[in-house]
Amino acid sequence: MSRPEDTLPPDLHYNDAEARKYTTSSRIQNIQASMTNRALELLDLSSPSMILDIGCGSGLSGEILSSIDPSAGGPHIWVGMDISPSMLDVALQRDVEGDLMLADMGQGVPFRAGSFDAAISISAIQWLCNAESSEVSSTGRLSRFFNGLYASLKRGGRAVCQFYPKNDLQRTMISGAAIKAGFGAGILEDDPGTKNAKLYLVLTVGGSAEEGTGGDITGVVKGMEDVDVLDARKKHREKGRREIKKGSKAWILNKKEQMERKGKVVKNSSKYTGRKRHITF
Amino acid sequence: MKVLTLNFLTCAVKACKTTSTSFPLHPKDCELVSDTIAPNPQLLLNVLPRIDWNALIITAGELGFPTLPPTPPTREELESNEKMMTELHTLLLETQISEGSLVCGNCGHEYKIKEGIANFLLPNHLV
Ligand SMILES: C[S@@+](CC[C@H](N)C(=O)[O-])C[C@H]1O[C@@H](n2cnc3c(N)ncnc32)[C@H](O)[C@@H]1O
Ligand SMILES: [Zn+2]
Repeated sequence: MSRPEDTLPPDLHYNDAEARKYTTSSRIQNIQASMTNRALELLDLSSPSMILDIGCGSGLSGEILSSIDPSAGGPHIWVGMDISPSMLDVALQRDVEGDLMLADMGQGVPFRAGSFDAAISISAIQWLCNAESSEVSSTGRLSRFFNGLYASLKRGGRAVCQFYPKNDLQRTMISGAAIKAGFGAGILEDDPGTKNAKLYLVLTVGGSAEEGTGGDITGVVKGMEDVDVLDARKKHREKGRREIKKGSKAWILNKKEQMERKGKVVKNSSKYTGRKRHITF
Repeated sequence: MKVLTLNFLTCAVKACKTTSTSFPLHPKDCELVSDTIAPNPQLLLNVLPRIDWNALIITAGELGFPTLPPTPPTREELESNEKMMTELHTLLLETQISEGSLVCGNCGHEYKIKEGIANFLLPNHLV
């Protein structure tokens, strides 16, 4: 089966006709609803929360978020980002309760640090692997997205992204970018090996170490079958510790990255970053 | 777009991430609508500590709302004060910007809002 991701950019693929066809198909409605419910289960929200929906499309997930009963910890409010005006237009016609914005996740997540309790993304982030233009690489877009997402979530917050990687390379590219941004990450696979297999990237924003297992990925997915806990985060850090010399350019860039992740304001890096400043008269 | 969302939105331009003048974004020529939304006190109590109160004071002023108290209510105050709960619900969740734009105080970029949808797409050189 051909992948729409391989043929057109998302805003052109999801034009008026496709957006309507997509949203009115009862088959698609059912699949998207069941994946949204699965993602909600993984988010494990116990009280009404503020949620970011990335690639919200016509609001199929959002409608579920808005209609969760108080006895089940809802209803939640949500903000949806999508790059397709046609999909957002269908969401408007369906009169969804969440706020919608036209935005490209590959350009980042324009919210201040710690804005959201949680984030959800259904069938969207694989689009990041297809660079929109030759000017911007997909690695750059992935890192802007995950860095932005990481900062926009509150400490202890979670994100669950169901996605359709084209192959193992894309799967690794995506999870690797999330880990690099600072997330604790695990991949959950439902119905593995069947044509209905579904992948969920489960991301946690660690609180402090003392907070125990609450925000930790191994706690989230403990006891679930077919979960692949990605511990590259640890490796990445250990490697960093061995190789990076304090005060070097790499060390400074690393520090800056850490500060940025915490939502702190840092100076842009340049070719002068980390150079000795010579005193001039 | 809800006033609550505006309290979390920042300018998407890369150079603005490092300045404090880029938040909050300033509504310009905005039309407001009021949408009836079921009260959700638990939600308000949840987001209360995350609201940037000074930014909310600025926004409320710019949208022509009566002046807010200089400091946010505590959780207990909000919990026990039904009037305050209703007023915050009206301002944060029911008041929505349907048309107009949001302007960054640092770079001047204007984010257009049409039918409640803000356009945050940027030309690549600004990202
Ligand atoms: C298969 S649809 C899923 C829509 C919705 N999440 C659902 O489950 O019904 C994929 C969505 O991702 C959006 N999308 C693709 N690339 C995007 C990007 N770079 N930024 C924001 N949204 C994007 C598309 O416009 C489309 O609405
Ligand atoms: Zn700006």
